Formats: sequence, structure tokens, C-alpha cells
Amino acid sequence: MEFLPSVWFIIIAVLWTGYLFLEGFDLGVGMHLLFSARTETQRRVMLNAIGPVWDGNEVWLITAVGAMFAAFPFWYASLFSALYLPMIFVLFGLIFRAVGIEFRGKGKSARWTRGWDIAIGLGSLVSAFGVGAALALTTTGLPLNANGDRVGGAFAWFNGYAVIGGLAVVGFSLVHAAAFLALKTDGDVRDAGRAFARRAAPIALVPLLVWILALQVEKGTGVTWIIAAVAVAAAVVGMLANAHRREGWAFVGFGAFLAAGMASIFVASFPVVLPSTINHAFDLTVANASSSAYTLGVMSVVACFGIPLVLAYQGWTYWVFRKRVSGDLIPAAHAVEPAVRQQAVQPALRQQ
Amino acid sequence: MQLDPLLIARWQFGITTVYHFWMVPLTIGLGPVVAGMQMRWHRTGDVRWYRMVKFWGKLYLINVIVAIATGLVQEFQFGMAWSEYAKFVGDVFGAPLALESLLAFFIESTFLGLWIFGWNKLPKAIHVACLWIAVAGSIVSAYFIIVANSWMQHPVGVVLVKGHPVMNDVWAVLTNNTAVTAFTHTMFGSFGVGGAFLLGISWYQLWQRRRDGIDTVDVTGRVVPGVAPGIPGRDGSDHSIWITSLRIGAVVAIVAFAGVAISGDAQGKLMFQQQPLKMAAAEAACHTGTSFSVLSIGALGSTTCSDVVPVIEIPGVLSFLAKGNFTTPVEGVDQLLPQYEAKYGTNLPDNPIYGSRAGEKINYLPMMEVTYWGFRMMIGFGGIAAFAAAVALWLTRKGTVPRSKGIMLLAVGGILAPFAANSAGWIFTEMGRQPFVVAPNPTGVDGLYMFTAAAVSPGVSAGEMLFSVIALTLVYAVLMVFEIRLLVRYVRGGIASAVPELAEPDQPDDDGHPKSDVLAFAY
Repeated sequence: MEFLPSVWFIIIAVLWTGYLFLEGFDLGVGMHLLFSARTETQRRVMLNAIGPVWDGNEVWLITAVGAMFAAFPFWYASLFSALYLPMIFVLFGLIFRAVGIEFRGKGKSARWTRGWDIAIGLGSLVSAFGVGAALALTTTGLPLNANGDRVGGAFAWFNGYAVIGGLAVVGFSLVHAAAFLALKTDGDVRDAGRAFARRAAPIALVPLLVWILALQVEKGTGVTWIIAAVAVAAAVVGMLANAHRREGWAFVGFGAFLAAGMASIFVASFPVVLPSTINHAFDLTVANASSSAYTLGVMSVVACFGIPLVLAYQGWTYWVFRKRVSGDLIPAAHAVEPAVRQQAVQPALRQQ
Repeated sequence: MQLDPLLIARWQFGITTVYHFWMVPLTIGLGPVVAGMQMRWHRTGDVRWYRMVKFWGKLYLINVIVAIATGLVQEFQFGMAWSEYAKFVGDVFGAPLALESLLAFFIESTFLGLWIFGWNKLPKAIHVACLWIAVAGSIVSAYFIIVANSWMQHPVGVVLVKGHPVMNDVWAVLTNNTAVTAFTHTMFGSFGVGGAFLLGISWYQLWQRRRDGIDTVDVTGRVVPGVAPGIPGRDGSDHSIWITSLRIGAVVAIVAFAGVAISGDAQGKLMFQQQPLKMAAAEAACHTGTSFSVLSIGALGSTTCSDVVPVIEIPGVLSFLAKGNFTTPVEGVDQLLPQYEAKYGTNLPDNPIYGSRAGEKINYLPMMEVTYWGFRMMIGFGGIAAFAAAVALWLTRKGTVPRSKGIMLLAVGGILAPFAANSAGWIFTEMGRQPFVVAPNPTGVDGLYMFTAAAVSPGVSAGEMLFSVIALTLVYAVLMVFEIRLLVRYVRGGIASAVPELAEPDQPDDDGHPKSDVLAFAY
């Protein structure tokens, strides 16, 4: 087995898991903005709960993709070109969501605010679904030929796993976001978050469980079954903690469900990074899809310093903004008016 | 009509990249200025600097988010539309992208979040440090992406293994002379954008104050600043804020242009060695000679060059640009084309990777209309911006702007000149590299180059690409409308748009919370 490519498979798995863990809750908050929030204040509390951190969380995606490109160019090229249309929609989702979060509060009309709410909510939903579908397909396979190119047209990637993976990330994000809001806000948003997690978790976490189990049935070993069992136990802990108003533990429990679940999926997939459903001889593996040892070595050195540093300063950010957000801490919306003389006053002034 | 995936993919890359590179130089150009203003505020305690930070910081953030959002498309599309390219260069091209994310984007996004939400929460020194770190992150990210691009212009630090470039010297890739000069050039170009932005908007504000009768001039033409109690923000410090911002902008723009000219000259000299045909096409220099073409007309697109008629030429200048003296002749298109054909072949190989283009004759001459005019627009718009900035400094020497609406519109419209120069420069350098996506390095590894025709994703249909290019263009157009609408609204609002307490001074503050708990900034 090749050492460095395996290390980079682990790093990329960790980056994707980190992305789903962190952006999971802020994608979920985006969806709750549309589906759960009732008042403008609630929406603003939700947005400001993720306000200082969502952009940093999204970089986990950029880094996961960049690391794929650098460490496994063949994996990156095949996956992204095979999923051309879904990736376009992921991009649209992420673009509208990001711009929406920044622009939403800067307009004055209700239409402007409402419009960006829809952009943030749908953008979060579409990108969560698309990322989930892409990850499910890279673990279950795409119709690729010997050159790693998609065979069979623009929608040849579509199958049940795409739907399960999409629903898995959407469902998990909704629950994790509810637990996050219960942990990070106060007042009615906190209560609503807890209530949503209690009601929705038993259903919304099912698709992720299906994806985990499907991989175990197909490729699982003793070790991965144990990790999957840990994942299930973590989900149960999350639900119980939520029911007992232990918000921190509920958030950790759901997060651990995702982390262990993704670990069981990636470990079961190893060493294949992208199977071909046409012929397993065309499977992309850590060995045949990777960059040279020199490139991986250079990047390993940087990652050794870089990743702990990122964890340190992102951790510090969460510490700085550890206080719960509530409606009475949010300043009133501020309308921007032109700094000019009123039309009626102007003629009088000109005569002076 | 048969749709050509390669052509669509190229248009898509061009549209998305040029667009992305409108937001990026403004981000890079404005960031250090805002951070510098905040340092001044901390040092002097002068509220005027605080207000400048708030106002320019607001515009900065409106723009940054669009830069970040459209940057995602850039990273994804190498794999989506250019999978053969990604596979060919991945070993060396992917690393700078990964390093960019790990060492720059994380820093930029995280510390920007800390700066935005950290008002009144972080100690002042740490708060401004967060902005500096974020700004540094954006500059480092520019370095890495230019390293990646420069490797396509001038591949170094690699060996060929089974026909693929494999990195063997990361230091050579990171210190590629093409990257060092292009980075310097791009940085100064970005500062030019930031400078013109400050200048144009401050000019508008000062003009507005004169039109509203707040500022007047005495008999010597010197400004007499006034106040307008009825208009939020138009108080005693307002005039000084705008004239200071205007002068900062003008000085930044002038210094930036000097830097652009010097670094551009160095870059040009390198390009004459590294991609002689790109530079010959930029000059419409058909025959070997020393003259710089001020104006050439004719069928620039022709491959024989025989139809190009030089109208005005300055002898010696081309040699000076390329070699640093006035006499060494510079090789022209007619001399270079046979050399390229001898070295890299007259026809594309009969390889399925070229699709229907396999075996086609290769045209080594980039589209001369684009390179010739792109080069001149870059220099022209850059020069206009610098000249305008100098004129602006002189016109405002007595403390305010003329009442003329026409000059105000010129100053505001002048914001666009450095943007146009930046776009023209990138279009020139990318189109000038054609027909290669990875240009051969004359002194590098033999046989290391890639034709653009071989780079596109073979599995993606023209229909998918057509859909995405149309959809992306529409989405980007919508984003542009929203960004400009917001920028205009905040600009028209003046300082009060970014400092709400000026507009609503009597806000009740009796809800029992310590002031530091209420968010100083909230979405």
C-alpha cells in the first residue's frame, strides 16, 4: 500500500467531514430561515448565530476540493466533469447563499429581505443536496470509462444513491442546525431549535444512516461496522441529550454521528476513491489517481503546520463569539437614506 | 450548426474569470487602505478616521462577498470543464490551489468574520490586526493563484514522466520569475483600482456638498466647509473625511501606476523571451525590426501578416521594450511562425484527445485583434487613470472639487478605467498564450506543453456547457445589478449609511444589557 496517497485520502476524508460538520449547521440554518423562522427577529437571530463563522466554514469545502485537485487530480477531474450539471447547481446555491447573507440586511424593502431569504434558504438546500449527492456517488460509483470520463449523457450520474446522499446531508444539516441554534441562541429560537431536533431527528437522520449501512453491506469490514455502530450510538446520545435539554451534548452527539458515519463510509471505500459502475477495472483508487510522491510530500509538510493552525484560529473564533445570540442583543435595522438636501428645500437654498 | 464544447468552455472561462477579476482587485486595493485608516484612528483617536473605516469598510465588504462567491466557480471549473487539463497538470498546478485554500482562504475568511463581528468585542489592537491578517490572506491567495497561472505561461520545476509533468522542485514553481513579476504587476494594478474607487466616490461626495450649498469657496477659491444639521452625517468632520479620502485615493492611484509601469516593463521583457509570439502579436510586429507600432490597421486576424499596415511607428521603442536598448532587432511574426511549426508541429496529432480537431493545422498566431488592442487598452486605461488622478490632485488643491457636474461624472466614470486596464491585461495575457493552455518554456523541459484543444472535458457535452455558460452569465449579471445597486445606495447615503448612530442619535439604550453585549454589527 502506498503511504502518502493513503495519508492524503485520510486528509481529504477529514476535510470533507469537517466541511459537513461545520457548514452542515450553517447550511441548515439557511434552510431554517425559510422553513422554521416565523418573525424577522427570529431570522436575524439565526443569521447572526452563524454570522462570524459561516464564511470560514465554507473554506473547508474549498480546501477539500483543492486538496483533491492537488493530491488526486484524476479523482477531482473525473468526479467534477461527470457531475457537471449538479456541480453547477451547487455553485449557484453557494453563490446566492453567500451573497444573500451579506446583502439581505442592507436593503430597505420587505421584498428585498424576503427575496434574499429565499435565496439563502434555497441556496443552502440545493448546495447541501448537491454536495451530499456528489459524495454519495464518489463512494458508490459513476459510469466512467477507462479514461475516467462519464459515459451516457448529462444525467447518467443520476441514481438512488444520489438521492439518498442528497437527502442525507439535507436531513443532517437541518437537525444539526436545530441543535446549533438551541446551543447558540436564546429565547424562542432556542426553544424552536430544541423542539425541531426532537421531532425531526428520528426521520431526518435516516437517509444518512441508509448511506452508511449501504456502504457497510457492500464493502464493510469488522472495523467499519464498529465505527458505524458508534455513529448510531452517537445519534441516540444526541437525541437523548436534546430531550433532556443538554444542548451542548446534543450538538456533539449529532456531530459525532456525522463524523463516525463519514469515517465508516470512507474507511469502507478505501482504497477506491471513485468506482466505475461500468467496469471495476476503471475504478479510481488512491494508487492510480494520485499525484507524485514529491508533490504529496511537499503538501504533507504544509498540511502538518497548516491544518493545526486553522483549527487553532477557527477554534479561537468560536471562543470569541461564544455568547448566545438573542433578539434583544440585535440592533435595530438601519435604513440607508441619501445624504442630500430634500428636493423641496433645495430651491430656497440656491437663492441664498 | 455543430456546437463546439471547446469554444463554449473557453467563453465560460473567460466570462467567469474576467468577472471574478473585477471584484478581486477592488478587494485587494481597498483592504490595505481600510486597515491603514483603522490604524490611524487607533493612533490619533480622531473620529474622522473611524468614520472612514466604517464607510469604506462597508463598501469593501459588499464587494468582498461577490469576490468570494464567484471564486468558487473558478476552483470547480478546472475539473468540470477542463478535466483533461486537470489531469495533465494536476501534479504541479493543484498544489498552489490547495496551498491557497489552506494558507490564504482560511485566514482571509476567518479573520474577516472576526473583524466584521469583532467591533467592541475584541481589544482594539487585536481587532485591527484581524483586518490586517485578512488583507494579508487575500494578498497571499493572489500570490498562489498567480503562481499557478504563471506555471501555464512558463512551466518550471518539473520533469516529464510518461508525458506528464511531475513536480520536482516546488521552490522553482513558487519563485518562477514569471510569477514574481506578474504578482507585482497585479498587485499594483489592484491598488490602482482601489485608488480610483476612493477618488471617484469622494469626488462625488464633495461635489454633492457643494451642490447642496454646504461647502462654498472664498474669493481665492479656497474651500469654506459648512455643516448641514438636517442631513445625517453632514457635520463638521464630513468635508475633511472626503477630501482626505480623495487625496489618499489619488496618491494610491499614482503610486500604483508607477509600480504597474515598472513591473509591466519587467514582465514584458520576460515575455519577449518566454512567449515571443505573444509579444509579436501584441505589437502586430510582422517582420523583424525595432519599431513600436502606435497604430496599425488592416486584417489583423490574417495568419500571414501581409495585410497589416503600420500607420504610425516609432523606431527603436520596441527594441527598448523587449531588450532594453534601441537597436537590437526583435523577431516578428513571419520569422517566429516557422520556428514554432518546426518545434511543435504544423498539425495537431491524430490523437482522440483532440476530438474532431485531430490532424487540423495549428495556428500559432494568437488573435491579433485581441492581443494588439488588449495590450494597448491595458496601457491606455492605466495611463488615463494615473493622469486623471494627478489632475484630480491639482484641481482639489484648494480643498474641494469644482461645481461642474460633468467633471464629477468624469471622476466617477474614471473608477472604471483601472478595471478596464486590469481586464484588458488579463485577456491579453491569456489570449496571447493560445493555442497553448500550457505554453512551452523555451529554456525548460523539451516537449512540455499542452494545446488548449486537448484540455477540455471529453465527457461533457456541448449542451451542458451551453446551459452553464448562459446560466452563469445570467446569474453574474443579476449579481452585478445587486452589487452596484447596494454600492450606489451606500455611497449616496454618505457616512451616515455606515455609521447608523448619526442617523438615529436618540436610540434608547436601556434594555439592561451591557453595551458590549449588543452586537455592534449584525446581519
